Parts: sequence; C-alpha cells; structure tokens
Amino acid sequence: MSSHSSTMPEFFGSQRTEPILSPTNPFMWSLRREIWEYRSIYLAPAAVAAVFLLGFLVTLVHLPDKVRAVQGIDPIRYREVVAAPYDFIAGLMMLTGILVSVFYCVDALYGERRDRSILFWKSLPVSDLTAVLAKATVPLVVVPLVTFATALAAQSIMLILTSVVFLANGLSVGMLWQQISFFQMSMLLLYHLFAAHALWPFPVYCWLLLVSAWARRAVFLWAILPLVAIAGFERLLFHSNSFVMMVATRFIGAAHSTTMTGPDMFPTNPMTHITPFRYLGSPGLWMGLFVAAAFLFAAARLRRDRGPV
Amino acid sequence: MACIEARGLRKTFGSTVALDGIDLRVEEGRILGLIGPNGAGKTTALNAILGLTDYQGELRVLGRNPWTERDLLMRDVCFIADVAVIPRWLRVSQALEFLAGVHPRFDRAKAEAFLAKTAISQTSKVRELSKGMVTQLHLALIMAIDARLLVLDEPTIGLDILYRKQFYDSLLNDYFDRNRTIVVTTHQVEEIQHVLTDLMFIDRGRIVLSCTMEDFEARYLELMVLPDHLAAARALKPIHERQIFGRNILLFDKMDRNQLATFGELRTPSIADVFVAVMGNHAGATTPQGVTR
Repeated sequence: MSSHSSTMPEFFGSQRTEPILSPTNPFMWSLRREIWEYRSIYLAPAAVAAVFLLGFLVTLVHLPDKVRAVQGIDPIRYREVVAAPYDFIAGLMMLTGILVSVFYCVDALYGERRDRSILFWKSLPVSDLTAVLAKATVPLVVVPLVTFATALAAQSIMLILTSVVFLANGLSVGMLWQQISFFQMSMLLLYHLFAAHALWPFPVYCWLLLVSAWARRAVFLWAILPLVAIAGFERLLFHSNSFVMMVATRFIGAAHSTTMTGPDMFPTNPMTHITPFRYLGSPGLWMGLFVAAAFLFAAARLRRDRGPV
Repeated sequence: MACIEARGLRKTFGSTVALDGIDLRVEEGRILGLIGPNGAGKTTALNAILGLTDYQGELRVLGRNPWTERDLLMRDVCFIADVAVIPRWLRVSQALEFLAGVHPRFDRAKAEAFLAKTAISQTSKVRELSKGMVTQLHLALIMAIDARLLVLDEPTIGLDILYRKQFYDSLLNDYFDRNRTIVVTTHQVEEIQHVLTDLMFIDRGRIVLSCTMEDFEARYLELMVLPDHLAAARALKPIHERQIFGRNILLFDKMDRNQLATFGELRTPSIADVFVAVMGNHAGATTPQGVTR
C-alpha cells in the first residue's frame, strides 16, 4: 500500500445529481451471502457423495456375479441387490443434510457476531428480520434442494455406470431400469426431504438460530442444556418422559404422518404410499411451524440487541 | 431539519454510565469531530446514532428513530464502525455484488473505478488483503454510496501517513458537499483540525465543549510568552501552561487578543492542546487528582 496510494482523490467527484434509486432485493442477496459464507452447504454433500461413489465403483466388480445368482429366481433379492445402493446414498445424503443444517444454524447468527462482521451487515439497509429469514431459509429450502440435487446426480452416475457394467456382462438393462424406477424414487426423495427433514423439524432449526443469536459462547451447549434441564425436571417431578419424546419426535418422527408404510421401509421405496394430506392436516406440523415463527421473531429481536461478542 | 438531534441521550451498562444525558444538534452540511479519551462515550454515542444500541432519551437521525428504523436509516447513512469488520471470507467482487443488490444508493461503477486505482484485485478475498487494503476497500464501498450522513469511527487506524492525509483531503474536496454531514472520531486529532467545521469534546458521558471551528479559533489563543512578561501573562489566568525548549506556552480562553499580543507571539492552538487543557481542568474539577478514565 505505497505505490498505489497516491491515487485516491479524483473519484469521489460528487456532482450531486438527483439520487437514482437502484432496484434492490435484500432477501435474495442475503440468502446468496449465506451460501457464499457457508460453502459447506454444498461442499459437504458433494464430498460425501464423491467418497460413496468411489466405494460404489469397487462394488461394481462383483455386481454381475451377484445379479446372475438371483436374476429370474428371486425378484425380491434382485431388487435388494440392485436398488440397495440407491437407498443407501439417499440416506447418506439425508444424514449429511441434517448435519449441515444443524451446524449451519448453530453458527449462522453467532459467527457474524464473533468476527464482528455484524457491524458491516448492520451498516447496510437490510433489516434484522430479513437477515434472520434468509438464514432460516437455508435449512428450510436450500439444504433440502442441495441434498436432493446431489443425491440425484450421484444416483444418475450410479445408474449409468451400472448400465455399462450390465451391458458389458450381457445382463438385462431393461430389467435394471424397471427395478430402480428412477423418477418415482427421486420424487419420493424430494417429498421426504421437504416433509420430514425441513418442515417438520423446522422448529428445531429455528431454536438453534435463536440460541445462536443469543449466546455469547458455546452455542451448542446452550442449545442442548435447557432441553436436558427440562427433561430432568420432568423426570424428577412427574416421572415421565413426554418432553424428551416431544423433542425426539420433532427430529425423527415425521415419517408417521408423511407416509403410510411399514416402519422398516425406506422412504424412497417405490412401494411407499405417501399421504401428503394427512401430513398437511396434522396439528403437530402447524403447531411446530407456529413455534418456529415465534423463535425466528425472537432471533430477529436478539440480532438487533446483541452486538459483537 | 437537523441531521442529528438528541435530547437527554443516556446509556448505562450496569452501573457504568456511558452517556449521561447529552443534548446534541448537528445541522446538515457540517463536519463534526467528536473528540474524547478512551471510554468517554464516543463510540456509544455513535452506536446510538447508528441504531446499534438501545438508549434512553430522545434521538432523531434524519428524522428517524435509529433504534426501530435502522434498516431504513441505512439507506441514507454510511458508517465505518471499527477496523476490519468486513468479513474475511468475502470476495471483493462479492462485496460489490452484495452492496449493489441491497443498497439503492450504491454506485457500483464508482466503487470499481476507485478499486481499479488501488492494488486490490476483485478476485481477492478480504483475508488475503493487508490491513490498509481492507480499509481502502471499505472506503471505496462507502464512498460509492450517495449517503446524507457519514459516520467515521477511527477511520484511518492501520493506514500509513500518506494515505491518511489523502483520505481526509478527498473526503473534504470530493466527497463532502453542503448536503452531506460527516461525524468523525479519531485520536489523531491534528489530522482533522483543518477538516472540521464543528468540534465536540466528550468526557465521561458528558459534552465538555461544543463549538464551531470559527468559535474555536476566536476563543482559544496560544501565547508563546517572552520571559520578561511571564508573571504578567500568568496573572491573566491561562487555562493551561506547558514548556517547550525552555519557552513557556500559555493557553488562554476568551482573552483579548491585543492585550496578549504585547506579551509575546500569538497563534491558534491545536485541538490537541486545547483538549489536554480542557480535559485536565474538567477532570480536576470533578474527580480527585490523578483519576482519569
């Protein structure tokens, strides 16, 4: 900063013309900024999918033998052999999505206070509510979409690779594609991601955002401690576990109302019978969303009140 | 309409009083220097003006309540609150895109023109820039916003002397005009003396001195007294006395210029010297000796 520093003046030339107001979209840009900052939102699923694909490549070596052993003899075993990896990658992506969302929400409103950048963001005409809503959109919309897209990309690659192996070994590609029922599987995954991994646990993510806006340190601990305390209290006084059950149901319990299938069936299994109306009609969903809205509103208030940590 | 208007502005942190009910009025088109020791309440006052902190009392900035209308206020107000608040992960190009996306008065071409004349590359991340470059970037962004109030809290920390001087020159010559108001705090008082139109000393949450620079120059005189006249000059009750190279320098408040001129050489004192004198007297008047905060 020496040779170039003699250059400052002439720019700020401000012949004051009438101010032209450019069109803006604070919400959209706030959302983009989240994706710029938290690159793990898409890098983590991509990395997990890449590692899985490597492993899948290795298993392809033995696949033709396994298929020959069951083809035309045991249709159920056939489906298990060829379709299992697709369910597995979908499940893996779901798990990655949950982890990404949890870690994102814990840091989203804390990180900007820790690195003092909140002062920069607050110097711009973006309201606290807009900023908080943009952050809440990440677990609600961005992560499910990224999870879906990554799973879809991985499954497409898998299907192409498997088809090539089948062709090379003289196995029926038609039968393979029939068993995989790719489109149906993808739509079921998309439904499941939004219904069971975004909307249903949304109050949990909003709770994490709230604590992230409040805590001065150890966000994760502060997010968990009150839950443990309430659960312990209930156990001690009433000898019951209803609070623990309620929280647990929030995280993993949506499957009961999203579909009508056996408990062991994978959500993207083509035999799954989805029940979106029952899901949308369940009071639990709407109660959860109401609580989530309250958490978000409180988080926006806290963002205004709290300065850098 | 006054740009900033405060009445009974008060802020406490626990038992510590940061702002002790100050009254303030800054008209449009002024450049106000807010000078005070560490912990005097400067930053708290600026934070209240910028909607970053809650307060008691009345405060309007450009006719708005900064605490409840920060986002609307920020269309017309810019600030550099502290050094290095631009997030380190941000790319320069992303900063430009983001500002263009959220700020209706941001002129991207102007910011780019400024950046083009620095060594800052648009593909760089903030963490790759030197401290001075980060400040340059922040200034480029701020200067490209057509704001009505610019608040600078120690804006030149981390900049070398050359750039600091240019910063204030360009602020005065190119950015500032009659419609804009600038509030600046700095410890490098001597650098802004020629820039300011108004001056305010603040100490322990109170305004100790508030005047225009014309008043300042009319009011305070520094006398380099000739040894023979020292006793006579001292009898006129200078507010401060110091010695340089064996010469006594006496600082007077509201004293007849012609009378003083007979005792030695007269000149306008620096803000820093008046600050030391006023703060010294203020501290002595209200707290035991040696207690400063």
